Amino acid sequence: MAKKKNKKKEASSQLGKKKETAREKMIGQSIGYRYDVNLLPDYKKITPFLKKYIEAMGWDDLNWLEDVHMGYEEGKPAVFCRNANGWVTIPKSIKLPNNQQDRDMIARELLVKFQMSPKHPLVDLKKAYLKF
Amino acid sequence: MANLKNVTKKTKAQAMGMHSEVLTGRTQQKFFNPDEAENFYYFGTYDVDFNKRTDLDVKNMTAAEANKELDNLMSQGYGTIVIKNPQGKHSLGVGILNKLNLIFEGSLGYFGMGSSDGPIVRINGRVGWSCAENLMAGKVVIEKNAGSCFGAAIRGGDLICKGSVGARTGIDMKGGTIIIGGDAGAFTGFMMQRGRIIILGDVGINLGDSMYDGTIFVGGEIGSYGSDAVDSELTQSDQDWLRRKLRVAEIGENFDVSKMKKIVAGKKLWNYDNLEPAEKKGAI
Repeated sequence: MAKKKNKKKEASSQLGKKKETAREKMIGQSIGYRYDVNLLPDYKKITPFLKKYIEAMGWDDLNWLEDVHMGYEEGKPAVFCRNANGWVTIPKSIKLPNNQQDRDMIARELLVKFQMSPKHPLVDLKKAYLKF
Repeated sequence: MANLKNVTKKTKAQAMGMHSEVLTGRTQQKFFNPDEAENFYYFGTYDVDFNKRTDLDVKNMTAAEANKELDNLMSQGYGTIVIKNPQGKHSLGVGILNKLNLIFEGSLGYFGMGSSDGPIVRINGRVGWSCAENLMAGKVVIEKNAGSCFGAAIRGGDLICKGSVGARTGIDMKGGTIIIGGDAGAFTGFMMQRGRIIILGDVGINLGDSMYDGTIFVGGEIGSYGSDAVDSELTQSDQDWLRRKLRVAEIGENFDVSKMKKIVAGKKLWNYDNLEPAEKKGAI
């Protein structure tokens, strides 16, 4: 029993806290993702928010969100925002599940909320540089 | 001597002062706000209604005028727009960052639907080079054939061609899905970095040449494999996803996906060794 508990603890502590790989040590740079970028989404895990989003956009599936996964930046769980071209850190208050599929769905939901927010960095940029 | 000692402790990249250059982009200082209001559209885009429909005849318009008028119609809340007489004009429908149902009754020239983010588009004709280049999100369906560089550098969304496509399809793609009902030309998936390409027919030479990542599924014959493109095992998860995606694409619903070949990157070209920063510094 004790062994099982330890194994669980170990698995959860690994997520988002992996040490640099040999390759990263050698090049002195961090490699953006240490997860399977080709992992296909499990549609059984879709959240109610994402269902509403798909319906509002008139799409049949997750569309561009199929490529969104929960990654890590500086040891913390984060998701890459392609519009801002940077990783956005997940707040500590959000408890993350242990399996990647559930984590990916949370990442997708949070990314949509971040990108559609009036506080997104691109909103200020647009105000400053909009030409037409 | 003191300097030398310091240098030996560091990696070569750090010693050259390159350690602060992170491949991953800049970390945002802003954090997610989990209590953010439910909002499904980009700030500042138009709230359109799919049931509000109109036609736009672009016969006597330039591409710039047509695109401006499209924007004007979206600002009036039109969610379904039918473009009449596109007559192979270049750069039609580019840069739409809105949800929209857009139908082209005819063919498009070069760069049709480029840099779009969100719309559902149906083109009842052919398209020229670089259709939907840099597509970010949405769905683009082409009823007939497409030219070269189909879906070049797309980052997301579904790009579907029910006919055949030219060479360099999905070149440099960084996400999204390209689905081809017919055949594809040479260098399909050239330098692709992420995303998926599905080809139901045959494909030309040098498939997936220099691909860094991503997946290519082929139903027909392959002319030849490109550098570092290798076969991989087709899993049950792949098959389920393929069936669902082909249903979404409205093609090949009865296609036997279990016999498709799956091609991925062999990752032998992942050569980010310590020579690269030196080369980079030399180039700056």
